[in-house]
Amino acid sequence: MVDATVNAAAQLRRVKQAPRSRLRRFFEKKSTIAFFMTLPLILLIFTLVIYPAFYAIYLTTLNKRMTGTAWMRNCSYLPDWICTYIPFGNLQFLLTRETFWMVFWQSCLFAISAVILKALIGFIVSHFVHNVPSKGQRKWRGMLLVPWVIPAAMSTLAWQWLFDPSYSAFNWILAQFDIERISWTGVAPWARFSVILVNIWIGAPFFMIMYLAALKSVPDQLYEAAEIDGANWWQRIWYVTLPMMRNIIAITALFSTIVTFANFDIVRILTAGGPLDKTHLFATWAFRLGIEGGDIPLGATVSLFMVPILAVAAAFILRDITRRGNEA
Amino acid sequence: MAEVSIRKVVKRYDNVEAVRGIDLEIKDHEFVVLVGPSGCGKSTTLRMIAGLEEITEGEIAIDDIVVNDVPPKDRDIAMVFQNYALYPHMTVAENMSFGLRLKRYPKAEIKARVDEAARILDISELLDRKPKALSGGQRQRVAMGRAIVRNPKVFLFDEPLSNLDAKLRVQMRIEIKRVHQKVRTTTVYVTHDQVEAMTLADRVVVMNHGLIEQVGPPNDLYHAPATRFVAGFIGSPAMNFIPVRLEAEGDGLSTKLPNGASLPIPAERAQRYRAIAANGKLSLGLRPEHITELRPEMGPGVVQITVPVDVTEPMGMETLVYFKLDGAELCARVSPKAGIREGTSAQLAADLNNMHIIDETTGRVV
Amino acid sequence: MTGTTIDKAGPSRAAPKYGSMKRDRLWALRWSYFFLTLFAIFFLIPPIYMFITSLKTSAEISAAKNPWWVFNPTLSNYIELLGSPIYLNFFKNSAIVSVSVVVITMLIAIPAAFALSRMRFWGSATLATGVFLTYLIPETLLFLPLFKMFAVFNELTGIQLLNRWWVLLVVYPTLTVPFCTWIMIGYFASIPKELDEAAIIDGASWMQTLIRIFVPVALPGIIAATIFAFTVSWAQFLYPIAFTTSIDQLVLPVGIITTLIKGDVFNWGQIMTGALLGAAPPLIIYAFLMDYYIAGLTAGATKG
Repeated sequence: MVDATVNAAAQLRRVKQAPRSRLRRFFEKKSTIAFFMTLPLILLIFTLVIYPAFYAIYLTTLNKRMTGTAWMRNCSYLPDWICTYIPFGNLQFLLTRETFWMVFWQSCLFAISAVILKALIGFIVSHFVHNVPSKGQRKWRGMLLVPWVIPAAMSTLAWQWLFDPSYSAFNWILAQFDIERISWTGVAPWARFSVILVNIWIGAPFFMIMYLAALKSVPDQLYEAAEIDGANWWQRIWYVTLPMMRNIIAITALFSTIVTFANFDIVRILTAGGPLDKTHLFATWAFRLGIEGGDIPLGATVSLFMVPILAVAAAFILRDITRRGNEA
Repeated sequence: MAEVSIRKVVKRYDNVEAVRGIDLEIKDHEFVVLVGPSGCGKSTTLRMIAGLEEITEGEIAIDDIVVNDVPPKDRDIAMVFQNYALYPHMTVAENMSFGLRLKRYPKAEIKARVDEAARILDISELLDRKPKALSGGQRQRVAMGRAIVRNPKVFLFDEPLSNLDAKLRVQMRIEIKRVHQKVRTTTVYVTHDQVEAMTLADRVVVMNHGLIEQVGPPNDLYHAPATRFVAGFIGSPAMNFIPVRLEAEGDGLSTKLPNGASLPIPAERAQRYRAIAANGKLSLGLRPEHITELRPEMGPGVVQITVPVDVTEPMGMETLVYFKLDGAELCARVSPKAGIREGTSAQLAADLNNMHIIDETTGRVV
Repeated sequence: MTGTTIDKAGPSRAAPKYGSMKRDRLWALRWSYFFLTLFAIFFLIPPIYMFITSLKTSAEISAAKNPWWVFNPTLSNYIELLGSPIYLNFFKNSAIVSVSVVVITMLIAIPAAFALSRMRFWGSATLATGVFLTYLIPETLLFLPLFKMFAVFNELTGIQLLNRWWVLLVVYPTLTVPFCTWIMIGYFASIPKELDEAAIIDGASWMQTLIRIFVPVALPGIIAATIFAFTVSWAQFLYPIAFTTSIDQLVLPVGIITTLIKGDVFNWGQIMTGALLGAAPPLIIYAFLMDYYIAGLTAGATKG
């Protein structure tokens, strides 16, 4: 580098920038580059998530052949303008169907009981793993997460075989104790139990891992301080662990509520909704009506019934996540 | 090599003014340190020179070329960050050569430059290591090496020593000075540590609340601070401030402490202060080293004061004595041999030849 | 310290049992192991039973013997399946779909996450939130409108998407991209800002900063996201069962269920073998990259 000879009377020179074309400047702008980097994402979300979501709403207004609007029938008890202008035919059809209400409460029962039990088991198991010396933790954690790793369709097949009506491996064990064989997927109460059991089996490890991560993030000094303050084991959990984990417990449970409520694989493979639709969930019933029954508008209407619950759970998750973000 | 001109520069975020209009001319080869408390706008100024922040108003010129709209890579500057910002996946050599490789310099040239910089910084044997395998001081050297190989017009340092422990900081400070003596690149250095500023700078720029308080060589700032802020900020332990009034006493002047005691002002100083209004809100500023134990011969302008000692801090070569004078917390630096003990009262000598009078309403040193 | 005497008077308590703390800990540990073993048995029964069954002949399966034991182990199920072009085709379809989806996902998610975390622009915060919300929309909500959309698309353009395996390349990214983008935003956000500033001063463009600095530095996150995208694509069941029907277009999970179960005839030996082989790729990835797998799993809630 040659030292720039400093002109004593260095006048302020506004060196003219090489005239960059407007187009080039536009492409060099940060926001333009950022826009193009996010464009595929935006396109994907709009064409394959947001558009179909609204399209589903449109579909609910159509009749089975999708040739015309599904008007409500026998609605003389309603004001005229509702009857002839609002295309709630599918909605009306569903709400007057006993199966729909059955599916509705089956979905709620399935989601609520499964999520609570998963959270409970996950919480307990995570504490046991946390208790073990850290050398062995990896091994246990590795084993306990296996159900989550196996594709749900594959493991549900294994459960189906374990529940098999004639060769059930569980019934064989029961038989050794002279207990009567159980028709695991053949009668409604046991079928519902089985479906929930499989869901717990698949989902509890996820809770375990999340809670374990939360447990590890609680500083040891807090427990030591609590111990010095005279807190017993139970008080330590109640006053230290739970408050520190509260956010992760909530996020995990809400997230699992969404996934469980919208579950498809387990019921589809294990019982296909049977016996007599007694294990159908919204998703499997929508599939039965829409794909197998060929009535896409009706199926779409069924699946849209999931939206309110999903929206509430999503809103809470978002709140908790942003709160976490603010804490950090 | 280059000059940097900062003209009437303002930086405004949404509604906060971080920099409120500053002017500064940095000469070729000069080592300028921006110093001030956190939030004073020093880092923002540096980042505007680097091009990492947009300039709201005013202009910055490097070598007389206004760079307001020039992206950082075209400004020919290099920057050393507080947390080093070394690329963790690259070796030391790769870290140092990244900029040159982006500019597609020939391989031989890159190697020559890296080797030269490594030699200057004494990190030749570290060139193949990853940053993770380096100590804090070594990382700091690499970060400087990355700046040196670029051979830029201006070096920018953003609190580069803050993450080091005290001992290493002193060592690296000397190292930076040595490197600057070798490469002589114009340097702008930001720190909140006034010792660092004093020791490194050709000129120190003291900033506060987005404005420049004073610019000058370190010793000027120390001995002739322009404002109360500079007087209090430069020097450790900080300058003592005592609220006073000025009173005429015969043909001389004396400072009147609130408790009634009065200290006569040396004659040649008194002339300077004669003009100021006697009723203004004033403070007497006196550095701790100008309050000492009594010495056998006390020159003119040295007055004797008796104070109750609160706390003493033996430092080895000197002892810091803290005492309260009429509500003001004061500090004196005395010889450990003086035998001043906590809880007793002590006789100290205040050398008013080095006093400053501060107008508290304007904040300026008279 | 001299002379600090703590007043030990007051209500005299029984002397503490010496060594009780150690004993308590030991018992807590024993109980932990006991229950962990119980849970491990519960969690591992199905895969173990899959393996047991896969080693049995049809004759042994239908015999009224202890189903938990293999009396005449045989590899015939494996040999038969791995020699069956239909099954291998499922495997091939699954592999092509999953790998392609991983590539597509990364190509979309990484630049988007970089832009969203580093290049603040108008609406970027909203978009980031939107991405997260999209991740919460389950596929069971969208499969029917998508089905109809593809049918309409065929009428309009003549391009048939339904019943073609590559329709999955179109729909799977809706499941993988939002989450991968979200966790990549988290990983990128953990990279100090000075690193990209250093790169910019070194003269790197935004693209160069992304490719030469961020991608290598966030590699653990990218591996976690890759694993996530792969396992989700490999395990997805609803979309393929809804959108593909011809045997040659099926992916593994659907293929096993639709072809190995013929009417009421369940060839359980083969089904379990097929399922076990189908579960193998995610299990192998998990075995080797467990830490990344778990990091990806927990990233959704612990990052961002």
